[in-house]
Amino acid sequence: MSNTNKITGAQALIRALEHEQVDTVFGLPGGCILPAYDPLLESSIRHVLVRHEQGAGHMAEGYAHVTGRPGVAMVTSGPAATNLVTPLMDAYMDSIPMVGITGQVGTAAIGSDAFQECDTVGITRSCTKHNELVMTADDLPLAVRQAFHIATTGRPGPVLIDVPKDVLQNEMTWHWPSDDEVADSLPGYRPTSKGHPRMIKEAARLILDAERPVIYAGGGMLKARAAEVLRELAELTGIQVVTTLMARGVFPDDHPLCLGMPGMHGTIAATTAMQKSDLLIALGARFDDRITGRVNGFAPDAKIIHVDIDPAEQGKVRRPDVPIVGDCRLVTEELVAAVRDLLAGGTTQADISAWKSRVSGWQEIFPLTYDDAEAGAALKPQYCLEKLRDAAPEGTIVASGVGQHQMWASLHWKFNEPYTWVNSGGLGTMGFAIPAAIGAKVGRPDKTVWAVDGDGCFQMTAQELVTATVERIPVKIALLNNSYLGMVRQWQEMFYDERYSEVYLSTETPDYVKWAESMGCVAIRVESPEEVEPAIEKANSINDRSVVVEFRTDSNEKVFPMVPAGASNDDVIVHPSQQEHRHHLT
Amino acid sequence: MTAINPHGTSLNHAILSVLVQNRPGVLARVASLFARRGYNIFSLAVAPAEDENMSRITIVVDLESAPLEQIVKQLFKLVDVVKISELDPRRSIERELLLATVRVTAEERTQLFEVANIFEAKILAVGAEAVTVSLEGHPDKLDDFEELLAAHRIQELQRTGRVALPKLDRSARLRAVPTTQKGKVG
Repeated sequence: MSNTNKITGAQALIRALEHEQVDTVFGLPGGCILPAYDPLLESSIRHVLVRHEQGAGHMAEGYAHVTGRPGVAMVTSGPAATNLVTPLMDAYMDSIPMVGITGQVGTAAIGSDAFQECDTVGITRSCTKHNELVMTADDLPLAVRQAFHIATTGRPGPVLIDVPKDVLQNEMTWHWPSDDEVADSLPGYRPTSKGHPRMIKEAARLILDAERPVIYAGGGMLKARAAEVLRELAELTGIQVVTTLMARGVFPDDHPLCLGMPGMHGTIAATTAMQKSDLLIALGARFDDRITGRVNGFAPDAKIIHVDIDPAEQGKVRRPDVPIVGDCRLVTEELVAAVRDLLAGGTTQADISAWKSRVSGWQEIFPLTYDDAEAGAALKPQYCLEKLRDAAPEGTIVASGVGQHQMWASLHWKFNEPYTWVNSGGLGTMGFAIPAAIGAKVGRPDKTVWAVDGDGCFQMTAQELVTATVERIPVKIALLNNSYLGMVRQWQEMFYDERYSEVYLSTETPDYVKWAESMGCVAIRVESPEEVEPAIEKANSINDRSVVVEFRTDSNEKVFPMVPAGASNDDVIVHPSQQEHRHHLT
Repeated sequence: MTAINPHGTSLNHAILSVLVQNRPGVLARVASLFARRGYNIFSLAVAPAEDENMSRITIVVDLESAPLEQIVKQLFKLVDVVKISELDPRRSIERELLLATVRVTAEERTQLFEVANIFEAKILAVGAEAVTVSLEGHPDKLDDFEELLAAHRIQELQRTGRVALPKLDRSARLRAVPTTQKGKVG
């Protein structure tokens, strides 16, 4: 006799996702996850069928980047689960809220080396914030609630739920756990957000006392949705702001106090301002090696205020003078209030005008620059990106792969709004751009989404353009094709005596136009400067399908500025045309 | 007796008493965290705690490999970790168990018994050419005993790794990391 209150584990899983207000799942079915795909037919949830499970993961990340809501990827067991490992690690490194759901062999077969079995929980242990193998259908709703709770609170990150096939098939009695039940089930997980009041007061005092302060805004400010209060803090104190690769857009690039991106390929003004400052106000940043250069040579005179929701980031790389554990938005709000209180109480801020004009001087002396292409020569990638930027509709989202094109995109774009930049920062995952752009477009269908990609990256995940076409998710790809693994080529040129080893791809193969067309995209090849703007204009006018614009670019072009790996930020290499001004940095 | 330290444990180590949810894979989570971050473990003992839903893991960590603060904070990030107490060796009771089978001739046997007697070790089995002994006590005492056993031929030796609890009388001596700190884990 069937009991009408009973549903299958698969139905419970999909119902649980609906309860979590999931509107889209990126995935690809297979043996063990099959039962979950059946109730999906009746669900309000949209499923985007990817061409490779890695694509599902990066789409979920792209979706999360632009919406702030957790992205969901659902795939089967074994090879599908291992294909999801890269996006999980990517999301872990960049603190992206994401929930991965993997099928698993039946509970009785676990450990028997069954077909498409792998130890998913073991494999993903160190690339998730948390993971869980669900052993009974009754546990599914709680497991889903825990996963979304953990993924989205505290320092966000990926959570994986591994679900054996029989757990999906078995019947259970539906019960949606309350907040208290979730909290009680996780006695070791209590993320709170308020900063320590004494520390905040101390930080406010340091801020007003500093003569050479810099705000070092990291990706945590975007996660905390703290763009507005960041602006308030900067404008209240007049302190200039650098935005890391993960934080581009959190402070408008067109704001007079914005110094842009610091670090290995950061602007001279941003990197040098940090280097010479006497107070770094680190907000949701983690002192990554690409920011600090050689750590013991980093910002030697600076005191550090470090605001981060993850206590383990305090002192991991650089010991802060004032550590504040808490939510970046709440803490920054409290910081603004504390500064206002001090000012109201008669404390005056140190005069930072001399410092600021020194920094502005660096901005003027060392703007981003590149040599114009000679007549008939290959395009300059920076030129293409500037034209792309200037023609982009307002609010355009830019996704990027990893390498030279990523750095140029970050440097040459003007990010004036938060959540318009989607890239793989910590893990540096080549091939991120296309699937991430697709995920971003699903999350923000109202916006234009441009992926800036390199030819090496494009070849890793291009098949997801088939997904984009079939699922009607129109994205635009600016493919900067220099026929090389450009960033590796740059290192070989600069640090390996121009001994080029395995970095040349091909100038003829593949034919990107034919390839893109075969995937249902409009494709345009651009080889001369006159063609650049018309091609971009055409691409921007097409909104019913994806467009690939292939720019044939100069393979000799390098990203400047550059701090060589392991060097101090003092030893930054400026663009050759600015070499004569190098003495301004000492 | 000369201070010897075959395990190096008293040089630069800390004892962490880690209360975890008693769930599948929790030990693997702790172990893989240590492996991934390059923290060294001197010894590790794990067993169910007073609450059946919880286990207590006693970890002796090497502070040469990483600062204690980082180790504790990273451990706190594990969702299954409920509480971490750092036990000050001077303020805790530490115990460990050693089992050893020692090859001895009949003449040597008395010598071994004498040593065992001094240490209050137990003779668990006596054979024609071997004796199995056990000793429970402070790890330093076990170290000393082990060194003396080495004068004979040790056939097999197994130690449990230490377990520890704070001394009873001075609760303040348990430097428990405040529970509110746990709340800051993101």
